[in-house]
Formats: sequence, C-alpha cells, structure tokens
Amino acid sequence: MSQDLVHLVYLLAALCFILALKGLSTPRHARTANLVGALGMVFAVAIAFGDGRIGNVGWILAAIALGVIIGIPAARAVKMTAIPQMVALFNGVGGAAAALVALTEFLATTGNAGMRAATVFGVLVGCVSFSGSLVTFLKLQELMTTRPVILPYGRSTAIGVSVLCLGLAVAVVPTASTALVITLSVAGLLLGVLFVLPVGGADVPIAISLLNAFTGLAVAASGYVLGNTLLIVAGTLVGASGTLLTRMMAKAMGRSLTNILFGAFTPAAIGGDGGPAESRTVRTGTPEDIAIMLGYARTVVVIPGYGLAVAQAQHVVRELADLLAGRGVEVAYGIHPVAGRMPGHMNVLLAEADVPYAQLKEMEEVNPRLASTDVALVIGANDVVNPAARDQPESPIYGMPILDVDKADSVVFLKRSMRPGFAGIENELLFNPRTTLLFGDAKDSLSSLVTAVKQLA
Amino acid sequence: MTGEISLLTIFVLSVFVGFEVVSKVAAILHTPLMSGANAIHGVILVGAILVAGKAESTVELVLALLAVVFATVNVVGGFVATDRMLSMFSGKERRR
Repeated sequence: MSQDLVHLVYLLAALCFILALKGLSTPRHARTANLVGALGMVFAVAIAFGDGRIGNVGWILAAIALGVIIGIPAARAVKMTAIPQMVALFNGVGGAAAALVALTEFLATTGNAGMRAATVFGVLVGCVSFSGSLVTFLKLQELMTTRPVILPYGRSTAIGVSVLCLGLAVAVVPTASTALVITLSVAGLLLGVLFVLPVGGADVPIAISLLNAFTGLAVAASGYVLGNTLLIVAGTLVGASGTLLTRMMAKAMGRSLTNILFGAFTPAAIGGDGGPAESRTVRTGTPEDIAIMLGYARTVVVIPGYGLAVAQAQHVVRELADLLAGRGVEVAYGIHPVAGRMPGHMNVLLAEADVPYAQLKEMEEVNPRLASTDVALVIGANDVVNPAARDQPESPIYGMPILDVDKADSVVFLKRSMRPGFAGIENELLFNPRTTLLFGDAKDSLSSLVTAVKQLA
Repeated sequence: MTGEISLLTIFVLSVFVGFEVVSKVAAILHTPLMSGANAIHGVILVGAILVAGKAESTVELVLALLAVVFATVNVVGGFVATDRMLSMFSGKERRR
C-alpha cells in the first residue's frame, strides 16, 4: 500500500482525536465527539496493517480479539460508582503497552542515540504509569487503605530510586545494553508504586489524571522511536491536555500539585489519627425525630455523597424531596465539584438516576444559602463538608473548598458508621451539638425517613 | 536529520493543540474528559501492531502481542466507558 495513503489516514485519525477532545470539553456534542474519536481509532488501526510489511497477522488479530473480549464487557459491566478505578486500570494497561512497544523496538533495533533516549523515556514513564495506576486502582477499590501510606525512609527511598532510574536511563543511551533496560523497567515499576503510595484520599483522582498524562507522553516517545507521527500527535495531545486537566482539577480542589504529590512525605501533613471513633459522644436521632425536623423546615439542602451513590439511593432521595416539597418545604441539592470520587462524578451519578436538574446547585450557588437553611441533610458525604478544610491548616484536606454545611441551623448526617470518609480524617461537625446522626445504609435510612414524613400530620 | 526535526515540529505543535483543546472545560466534564483522553492514548495499539508485525524472535513477538492485548483493552474500554458516562449527560439534555 502507498505510504502516502497510510499517512493521510493517520492524519485523518489525528484530526478525529483533536475533534474528540475538543468536543468533550462542552456537554452539547460530547457523546458524538467521543464516537468521532472511536472512529478515528478504527481508521488508524485498520490502516496500520498496510503500514510496511506486517507479518504475524493471525496472531495480532487474535490478540486484538482477546483485548476486545476483555475490554468491552469490563467497561459495560462497571458500575458508575466504580468509574474512577476503571479509568485507572485502563490507563495502567495503556502505560504498560507503551512501555512494551518501546522495549520491543529496542530489542529489535537499537537505533541511534536519539532513539535510545526516547526508548528509555517510553519504558520508564510507561512503567511508572502502569504500576502507579495499579496502586490507585487498589486504593479506589478499597483493596488497600485510601489514606497516605508512609513507608519508613519513604522519602529517601523514593529519591534513591529516582536517582537510580535516571542513572540507568543515562547509561542505556551509549551502551544500548538490554540488561540495563530491563533493570530500568523494574526500577520504573518500583518508582510508580513509591510515587502513588503517599497520595491519599480525595487526591487519588488527581494522581490518576497525572498518570494519564504520563501515559500520553510515553506513547509519544514510542511514536518517536517508531517514527510514527500519529503516535506522536495523539500521545502529545493527551500528555499536554492531561497535564492541564490535572492542574485544573487540583485548582478546583484548592490544592497544589506539589502538596498532593509530596505533602504526605512531611509528617505534619498526616492529620487525624483515624483510630476507632474516640470516646466523644455524638447525638443520634430516630427517623421520626428527623422527619419532624425536615417536615417542618422552610428550607432543606440535600448534600449527596458517595455513600448515597453506593447505596443506589437516588430514587428514594427524590421521593423524600418530593414529599417535602409537597409540604411546602423548599428543597435543593448542593453538589460539591468532587462529590463522589472524581471531579464531576456526582453529576454523572445523579444524571443516571434522573434527579431533576433544576434542583441541583453548584457549590458557589448553594454556599451563600446554607446560612439561612434550616436543615442540611448530608447523605454519605463526609470530606466535602468537613470544616477542617477551612480552619485546620495541618489537615490533609486544608484548603479544599467545602460546602458550608456547618452554617446551617441544624445538620442531619446519614452515615453507615463513624468510620471517617475517603480522606481518612475525623469530621468535627459530627460532634457538633446541632448535628443529628442516623446510622445505616443510605437507602434504608432514607426509606424510613420517607415513611416517617408520610405519617406527619 | 530533517526527519527528526519534523517529528520534533509535530511534537511541539501538538503540545499547543493539547493545551488549547481543554483550556476551557467545565468542571462537570472533568471525569468524561479524563476517560476520553485515556481512550485516545490507546492509539499505542497502532505502535503495538507495527512492532508485532515485524517481530522476528519469539521474545519480541510475545512482548508485542502482550502490548496489543493491553492497548486494545485501553482503547475499547476507554471509549465504551466514556460513552456510557456521556449517555447519562445527554439523557439529561433531552429532558430539560
């Protein structure tokens, strides 16, 4: 096949990718844009078989089929609440693929010094992205603690491994040694783990976004090694847009990137001992008590969190809201930008459950109202209403904008247990005398509230 | 040398395009955008096919095929997951 035709199709695919990213940044055409991106990918993969002399076609097609058999059911079956960890996994395998491509090309032809530099970059960054993503997956899936993990001598070890990686990378360029490249891969895998372990709680999604950008850069480096323009364009696009997206997310949470990545290395940053819920008393209420508070309020603001989504309680909460509205109570939902597990995650979850859009209020809109709100009903959210973010500089979530629930006349918390939220820190608001707690699964608690409100006169 | 310079040119221009396309994204779309960008770096599949296609030793072939499987999972999983997320947003658009 003519090389010109192949490159034209690559250009077409690159355009599709740019349009896809552009379209994803506005809600209107986002879904179409995603399909355009997928179409570009189909073109690119199809034409790749005409790019030079491609052997082993049977094997390659079988491997693609295997990937499809694994990927599609996984992406379809995943619950919307589990999307962040799924993104982490997909990113991890992408990073592994980029590292493997660079490694294989290195074994086949060692190329010139420039190529070897790109190879070591691709291998190192791909490995970091792979192992780092696996750790973020384990954290989000709660297969390991979501809190920052501080190893003894963690900081010196991380610096040591970084220096080792750098040394190995520099040594590979003149020597083209296979043994050194393999050692570099192992060191890269280790570095990825050390890099993500100290990142805790609500900062994990930001780490995923950064690793996503890393994978993009590893892909671009592989593209340089192969002399393939499409990989360079697409990888760089993701690298650059991912870096910017990471910064925007960090900013939306009032965090600096250095603080997220290196904050936990400093002992002072580990606030809250997260031990068993102390001896201080909290005030709990029966569903009937709370129904009276809600039913006779003028204004109620519902603060949905991850706990609500996990319990699939969106429909019950709407039933409760409708009941209250029927009694003349003014109801709104206050949505924190990082409610759920990722920026924008709660909007996805509530949209899934058909909650009326007009009642959803962004943080900036709802915060001024909270001071004149009778009851703030917090359902399975914790970190996003924790006043420590405002007034405890030593807290790991200090600086994150929060919903000012503590300014409402009274606060009702529906919680499963006294276990701290995702960030693993205690919430002073739970011990406030104006706070009433109702323990239990969000769906059960809400159902009993619905029953109790119905029984009010 | 000119070949390498043109690759560098492509790289630098792509950086600017990358910054430009997401510079004004709304916070509610951060998650789908991250997932969409994630699917796009699955284009490494093209690279995996190219190295698998010219692999000569068994080691090279095995490594390259592993890359093909991983990259395919990245591509199809990324696009499907993004589409599912966005379908919920577009449902909302219709009802409004």
